[in-house]
Order: sequence, then C-alpha cells, then structure tokens
Amino acid sequence: MKMVKTTLAVFATAAALGASTFVQAGATLDAVKKKGFVQCGISDGLPGFSYADDKGNYLGLDVDVCRAMAAALFGDASKVRYSPLTAKERFTALQSGEVDVLSRNTTWTSSRDASLGLNFTGVNYYDGQGFLVNKKLGVTSAKQLDGATVCIQAGTTTELNASDYFRANGMSFTPITYDTSDESAKSLESGRCDVLTSDQSQLYAQRIKLGSPDDYVVLPEVISKEPLGPVVRHGDDEWFDIVKWSLYAMINAEELGITSANVEEMAKTTKNPDAARLLGMEGEYGKELNLPKDWAVQIVKQVGNYGESFSRNVGAGSELKIERGLNALWNNGGLQYAPPVR
Amino acid sequence: MQTAAKAPRLKGSIWTDPKARAWIFQLVAIVVVVALGWFLYNNTMINLEKRGITTGFAFLNNTAGFGIAQHLVEYTETDSYGRVFLIGLLNTLLVSVIGIVMATLLGFILGIARLAPNWLISRLATVYIETFRNIPPLLQILFWYFAVMLSLPGPRQSLGIFDNFYLNSRGLYIPAPGVSQVFGLFLAALAVSIVIIVVLARWARARREATGQIFPVVLTSIGILLLVPGLAILVAGSPVEWTAPKLTGFNFTGGWVLIPELIALTLALTMYTAAFIAEIVRAGIQSVSHGQTEAASSLGLPPGRTLRLVIIPQALRVIIPPLTSQYLNLAKNSSLAAAIGYPEMVSLFAGTVLNQTGQAIEVIAITMSVYLAISISISMLMNWYNKRIALIER
Repeated sequence: MKMVKTTLAVFATAAALGASTFVQAGATLDAVKKKGFVQCGISDGLPGFSYADDKGNYLGLDVDVCRAMAAALFGDASKVRYSPLTAKERFTALQSGEVDVLSRNTTWTSSRDASLGLNFTGVNYYDGQGFLVNKKLGVTSAKQLDGATVCIQAGTTTELNASDYFRANGMSFTPITYDTSDESAKSLESGRCDVLTSDQSQLYAQRIKLGSPDDYVVLPEVISKEPLGPVVRHGDDEWFDIVKWSLYAMINAEELGITSANVEEMAKTTKNPDAARLLGMEGEYGKELNLPKDWAVQIVKQVGNYGESFSRNVGAGSELKIERGLNALWNNGGLQYAPPVR
Repeated sequence: MQTAAKAPRLKGSIWTDPKARAWIFQLVAIVVVVALGWFLYNNTMINLEKRGITTGFAFLNNTAGFGIAQHLVEYTETDSYGRVFLIGLLNTLLVSVIGIVMATLLGFILGIARLAPNWLISRLATVYIETFRNIPPLLQILFWYFAVMLSLPGPRQSLGIFDNFYLNSRGLYIPAPGVSQVFGLFLAALAVSIVIIVVLARWARARREATGQIFPVVLTSIGILLLVPGLAILVAGSPVEWTAPKLTGFNFTGGWVLIPELIALTLALTMYTAAFIAEIVRAGIQSVSHGQTEAASSLGLPPGRTLRLVIIPQALRVIIPPLTSQYLNLAKNSSLAAAIGYPEMVSLFAGTVLNQTGQAIEVIAITMSVYLAISISISMLMNWYNKRIALIER
C-alpha cells in the first residue's frame, strides 16, 4: 500500500537522519559513481513524461533528464534505475535518499524550494493548470463550473490552485482527491466528478487513456503557472550542478543546431566556439563539473537535444501532439533558455 | 532474599549485595535507553536543520488552502492545518463508530443465525461468514467503491425513491431534518412518556419481587413511546421539517448527502468485521454448556428468557475480549480509505497535509499517536465493560 510506502520512507528518513552524523557536499556524486547508476524518481505512469512501454522500458520527457545525467556521468544513458512514485510519496523519497534525483513533473514553488530541503534545478516543461470535462455537460468555460464536483490528485499544487480559482471567482466546488491519476480518470469516466483538474500536459495525456477520448474536452482556461523541473536535495552543490547542466546541455544543443544525428560529426569539425566549448573541443568545462570531457556529446548522441526529446515524447512525433508554445526556445518565442557554457 | 538483604554489608562491596546490584543494572538500562533516544532525536534535529528541512509543529497554524469533500464541522479553504487535522479525526471516528455499531448488530444476528436449527438460515450464515472474512478488506472496499458505487447512474439519471431519496454515483441524497415550531411540544411529550416508563418499570419490578408476576414492560414502553409523542404530532403537526434534495445545475442541493466513499467504506468494513464478530458470538454461545439450558427449562423459563437471562450473560464473558480486538481492527482498517479518497486521518492528514507541508516526521508522529489514542480508548472502554459483566464470585 501507498501508506506503507510513505511510512517506510518516513522511517527511512528518520533513520538516515538519525544515524548519519554529518552531511557532506559531494556525497551524492560519490555514491552514484560508486554504485554505477542513477536512482531516478519518476511518476507512476504519465504518458509523454514518464511511463513504461509494453516492453517495460521507461520513456518520456522526464525520463530523458535522468538518461541525460547517466550519459554525462557514465557515457551510458541506460545506467538509470527508476522508482515510480505517487505525488504523495515523491518528496519523502527524495529527502530520505531513496532516489538521487526526482524528475517527475514537479511544480517549482517557493515553499518546496525553501522548507522541504530541496533544490529545483531548472524547468524542463512550462505548464499551467486546466480542466477536462465531459462534452455532455455543455460547459465551454471554467467560469461555468459553479457547484461542480472536481477530481484532483492528492498532494499537488493543483489542489491549492483549484481552491484559489473557485474562491477568487465566487464559486463553490466539491473536491474528490485520489492518490493516482488513474483513479481520478476512472472517477471522471464513471461520473463521480464533473471535472478533472490537473496540469494541461497531464490532461492531454489522461484524455488519450480514457475509454472514449472524443467525449472529453479540455477547457480553454489556464489558471496557474506550473514550471515543472527536476529536483535534488539541499546541501550537495556538485550534484545540483550536474543535474542542472545535463538539462542545460540539451537545451543549448538545440539552440546550436546539434542533434543526435550530427553530434559526432560536429564534435570533430565545428567552427562555432559555443558548440566547441559545449562538445568538449575547447576548455575543461566537463572537468569543472566533475564530468568526462565528452559529457555533452554523450547526452546528445544517446538522448538527443531538448527539441528532439520534446518532439519524440510529447510533441509532433508523439500521440499527445502538444505544441511547443511556452516550451519553444527563447529565440523562437518560447521560454526555454539555458545559460552558456564558457 | 531475606537473609541476603539482612546480612551485614561489607564496606566497598556493593556488587555483593543483590538488591543494590539489581538497582544499579536497572538504572544503567534506563540511562542507556534515554541516552539512545536523546541521541537519535538530537541527531535527527541537527541533520534536518543542516538539510534545510523545516521542523516543529508551527505548521498547524498555517493556512491549508485546499478543499475537503466531507467535513462534519465548518471548514473553508482559509482554515488552518490544525482544523484539517480535526476534520480528518472526526471523519475517522465517524466511520469507526458507524462501522462498530453496524458490525456488532450484523455480527450478533449472523452468529445466532449460524446456530439456528433451521438448515437454510444456518447455511446462509455460514456461507456469508466464510466468504466475507476470507477476502482482504482492501479488496472489499475497492469492490464496493469502484464496482458498486461508481457504477450507479449519474446525478441526472438518479434512482429516486419516493421523490425524497436519490441514489447516484455521487452518493445517497436524503432529506435533511430541520426543527419546526412545535419541536418543543414534541420534546415535552417525549419527556412525559419517559417519566411514565420509568415509573412503570419500577412498579413492575417491585410487583415481580413481591408476587413473582411478570409485567411486559418492554412492549408497554414501546406502546407508550409511540402513543404519547404520536398524539402530540397528530394535534400539533410534525416536529421536524424536511428539506428534500433537488437537482440544480451539476448536483443535488439541499438535504444531506452520504458520499459514496463513506458508503463504500462503511459497507466494506461492516461486512468484513461482522463475519468475525459472528464467529466470536457463536463461540461464546457454544461455550455455555447445554446443561445450563436444560436447568433453565426445568425451572420453567421459556426459551427467549433462557437466552436473555442465562445464556447471553455467560456468553458475553467469552465474547467481550475478542470483540474488543475486532473493534480495534475496524478502527485501524478505516485507514484503508486512503485507497478510495475518503478524507479521513490517513488520506487527509498523513497524505495531503504531509505533502503540502513536507513535514513528514511530525505528521506521521501525530497520525500514529491518534490511532494509538483511539485504540487505547476503545480498549479501556471495553475492559471496563468486561469487568462489569465478569463473574462476581461471592
């Protein structure tokens, strides 16, 4: 049971915190190098972001961040082990050291950053909360949802945003909260709730999992900012840097036109100084991060750049067909912007 | 021991004194346990602080900011986590109390039915018991919730009963009672009938002790209870005004609603625990030897009185201790509600609140203390009752 898992995680946290006498910077990196794989916390099944295909391989935008880290660290993107976590379990699992990094469509908020002892390393998907309703209700705007019963996943920012939205608009609602998104979807289908609310990306993903997706429609309103990104524990800056720059390498690669197809060629021939620095031809930027010289080459070769990953998992090349929108590069009208390597 | 303690102690040989030695060992043990506890606590605090994780119970005063489906006391999103805790606690107690009462009733009926001379009744009871106590409670909860409650039609196709009760996938909607103007008169009538019954019972008892004649107190009391307040209603009108639920917009409004999570959980826990209680009741009744029944018959007691005055009081002594365990199990099993989203202690407090605040250690500690407190209360109550009905040897 989930509860058992949470409780165990809490005991593990308590035990770990009680037994270890000091926290050491760099401890996570050393431990990861020693065991030879990255333990990555992902969702309990969200198409496009982190889910297992019919062969049991994990795929998705969030999974690609973990794979990029493994590629940078070990030169092998497959050296990742995954822990599927519910929204309720995720932070305890990270705090207790059960996972090294949490890459699980987690919203960056001030209180999570400050009081949970966590650090958000960046944003790999800019999202916003929306509503999914049955067409039969004839609702065309979230403003018409007064008195509705709303299905929500427990322990998320979504729970708080929904309350804020209904309160701000002087409407009432009844929340029904479930541990997993599958339970919420089942409830929506059975009519237990009128509306399912979640991040828009999740709504598209859940819609295609429903029995008859065409009967459901995502309402136009976006009621919150949901910057989703990978998370690590406080107090280990080396590890924080590696997670952060694994993601930035993918974004920079897209900006510089480096793809999985041309990366090896470019790593030998490029005249662009930015690309030369990223791909390890110039300078010791990998070493400074405690990574091999060809860290970015391995990331792009094995995982692809950000655009490739986006397209393959959630964009045009996937079932979800989500537009780049806010997630386009900054020079393309979006928000994705990575600091330079130099 | 006596001689050893009295023996003159040699100076400096405290180890040769068994009494002193025992004291020293126990002191050392206590010191070690306390030191270990302090070490663990202190280390946890230091490390939590080092990792920048907030500690302490101040979060209970912070604004919760999320909605709750079922709250027995007033609640809005702007209330504190402390209030959320209270709501979770009340929801847990609600399920536990309803479950315990219903499981006890059903369990006693089934237990007696299993011993019934009628072949069909006893076999039906056996089948029920063997089915329900051998399926894990979580599966039963999921069955009642997903397979039964959520398969009901939506609000607009509700199953209406007398145009006042509506059953749909959102729950059971029932008319809500409200106090009307003549409620005082009704209460007065009720009080009068209770006084009459008390007087009657005393008179009947005195007469029985004096003459041995029996007066049917229970039947007469029911008659009085129906007659006097009934007359008041006939004269003055209904003491209660009912507000029937009405379909408006998405949902029914007005009236009371029993949410499907509550119904599914209560049904599952009741039926599961009743199967165990039935077996306990059967064992208790069978533990009273048949000689007792024969003795009662030879004294001329009719079968009903034999059961009530001879068998059940003796059976209860065997029934109560294991029954306590079943009550404890039921209260603790109510935490399985987290699986279907009923907002009780575990899903609300140890779930949502834990996640929104991130203070796992505090929240889990509070939750565990709550279950401990509930269980100990049930235990103490049942032990007190057990003592009261225990065989008093004279």
